[in-house]
Amino acid sequence: MPQAPFPTKAASQPHVGLFVTCLADVYRPGVGFASLKLLKQAGCRVSVPDAQTCCGQPAWNSGDRPTTQAIAKATIAAFETFDYVVLPSGSCGGMLRDYPAVLDGDAHWQGRATALAEKTWELTSFLADVMRFEGISARLDGAVAYHDSCTGLRRLKIKAQPRALLAQVKGLTVRDLPNPEECCGFGGTFCVKYGDISNQMVSDKVADILATGADTLLAGDVGCLLNMAGKLKKIGSPVKVRHVAEVLADMADQPAIGEAEGPR
Amino acid sequence: MQSTTRQFKDNARAALNDATLRQPLQKLKVGFRVRRAQAAEKLPEFETLRDQGRDLKNHVLENLDFYLETFATAVEASGGVVHWARDAAEAREIVLSICRDHNARTVTKGKSMISEEIGLNAYLADHDITPVETDLGEYIIQLRNEPPSHIIAPAIHVQKEMVADAFRATHTHLPADRPLSEPRQLLDEARAVLRDKFLAADVGITGANFLIAETGSTVIVTNEGNGDLTQLLPKVHVVLASLEKIVPTLEDAALLLRLLARSATGQEASSYTSFSTGPRRPGDPDGPEHFHVVLLDNGRSRLLGTEFEEMLRCIRCGACMNHCPVYGAIGGHAYGWVYPGPIGSVLTPALIGIEEAAPLPNASTLCGRCEAVCPMRIPLPKLLRHWREQEFSRHLPPGRTRLGLRVYRWFATRPALWRLATRAAALGLRMMGRKTGFLTRLPFAEDWTRHRVMPVPQGQTFMARYRAETDTPEI
Repeated sequence: MPQAPFPTKAASQPHVGLFVTCLADVYRPGVGFASLKLLKQAGCRVSVPDAQTCCGQPAWNSGDRPTTQAIAKATIAAFETFDYVVLPSGSCGGMLRDYPAVLDGDAHWQGRATALAEKTWELTSFLADVMRFEGISARLDGAVAYHDSCTGLRRLKIKAQPRALLAQVKGLTVRDLPNPEECCGFGGTFCVKYGDISNQMVSDKVADILATGADTLLAGDVGCLLNMAGKLKKIGSPVKVRHVAEVLADMADQPAIGEAEGPR
Repeated sequence: MQSTTRQFKDNARAALNDATLRQPLQKLKVGFRVRRAQAAEKLPEFETLRDQGRDLKNHVLENLDFYLETFATAVEASGGVVHWARDAAEAREIVLSICRDHNARTVTKGKSMISEEIGLNAYLADHDITPVETDLGEYIIQLRNEPPSHIIAPAIHVQKEMVADAFRATHTHLPADRPLSEPRQLLDEARAVLRDKFLAADVGITGANFLIAETGSTVIVTNEGNGDLTQLLPKVHVVLASLEKIVPTLEDAALLLRLLARSATGQEASSYTSFSTGPRRPGDPDGPEHFHVVLLDNGRSRLLGTEFEEMLRCIRCGACMNHCPVYGAIGGHAYGWVYPGPIGSVLTPALIGIEEAAPLPNASTLCGRCEAVCPMRIPLPKLLRHWREQEFSRHLPPGRTRLGLRVYRWFATRPALWRLATRAAALGLRMMGRKTGFLTRLPFAEDWTRHRVMPVPQGQTFMARYRAETDTPEI
């Protein structure tokens, strides 16, 4: 695991390559801007390479190794010059950490993949563990429920980091979900390939969300958020759904996921 | 056992619509999960034991031939007989011929998943030998004429009213008006009926949780004591086990026993842990006159040296299915063969073929909870992904999926065109759903919108807005 056991504060003004991730790019550009803002607040120089597309996860999880390899190589080439690669997603961050396995057997590329994996971080863990950032300047009055997305939670060990950052947001209470380790049923293409099973899972998750009585649901992955927001809106729930970066960057004034622009 | 795995999707839909399943599956989630977590928490060395268990089984698998031969020699030295079965058919014939050698009319059985794997009960019944399952859960599903839905709780899907119905339908010699509404009454009735079967059986067949090479012993764990009665009362004891159940020494078995019960039910140890070593010796107060071990391969040795070898570390505790959100939604029968849950989704393609089991490796979100609780640290998500790779390279996924991946690759490896496509998608979806912020219907996305709405994008993509706002040249 590339994660250092005792992370130290990074060199001053590290150069970060922001991998926005395709879902945030298309569905939730606000997450990209929130990430930019937070990284700059934490003292990073941030670049957004234009050669980025998708991390390759749809191909990797479909068993299409050649396609995953092609995308992994392009991503490595686009990001390997930075001090760090940061993504507002545990799922896509986990994918970049998988690149050495994707390129297994190709000594040259595997070396480059390993170097990239070792400097790849999900946003909240980068802010908390690498930058030791404690300067969150945000306010949100109310109670939020926090969903720990699976890859972030189990693969990247992200649980305390977003909570530590959210604890700095004024006016905010964070509530844990019942069954906190349970998958929301998104799973990339799983949610459409096995829509009925996914529906049962997201229905159970929504029941847990509602049980917290929180007025906002936060998580660190746009995919999971679209799934849960899609179900919450389907049943007419008023619970607002946002990416955690939006709240941390004090940018929670835009309409929540699945909500229209208009008078608020 | 005949598989219905090809119809996994239909099976799953039926299970989701089966209202009687919701309560048992909910109970499973709170019961087994909480108890496992507490048991692991209480044992400071639990994580270390998991490492040791993994290493032990890896060592055994690297030296499987040696330990199997050592085991066979020890069984024979203690007066038992070892039979090698390459596949299910051979194993069935071996058991039948042992039964015939002893003119058996009825056999009692302690729980054995291998017996399910080789379809033994139906085969014996076809040859005029009556098999009687003695594990309460197995007995219930035998009466209901269905396979187990869980490897350690075979009747987890059966509510107690359904058990009462099964008993009334089959125990017709008992008064029709006896009360059967309480678990205790059900237990007492099963016990009373089974007691006679234990005494009448000519052959007792059990599975084995472990085979111990140094002593030639077989080990079975139960919570009902039925294993003891099955293997001690009849004059013949047949142990059915697969090759990978072997461990070198008694101490090694002790290590795995510490992991097994905690991972399975959250117990420190199961109520009964029974060791069998050969037939009754002179001076023994009880025990069978004949002791046979049937060692089944059935495709397992093919996994050695492949990326699926790690699967053979499995000790069948069921923790992966207890923690699996997919199993928790649909239960075990939908998987369509003997082994459900994550372990089944890896093992079934290995044992009955990937063509037959193609849906299973895909029916997972790869959430990783199975690997997190597996006492043997089997990387189940990685193995599921290996199966997906095999399916892909054999052109098993439907044409639509393969075409989608080709289109995806074409765009994802061409950033400029990717930008154009994503901008078009973001703006198009935005225009369609501007008023509400979501779409209730979307062509080509019915599988999503059947159960959820589709939130619409905020408008421009991040990349487009970022370039416009910062006016920076592209890197």
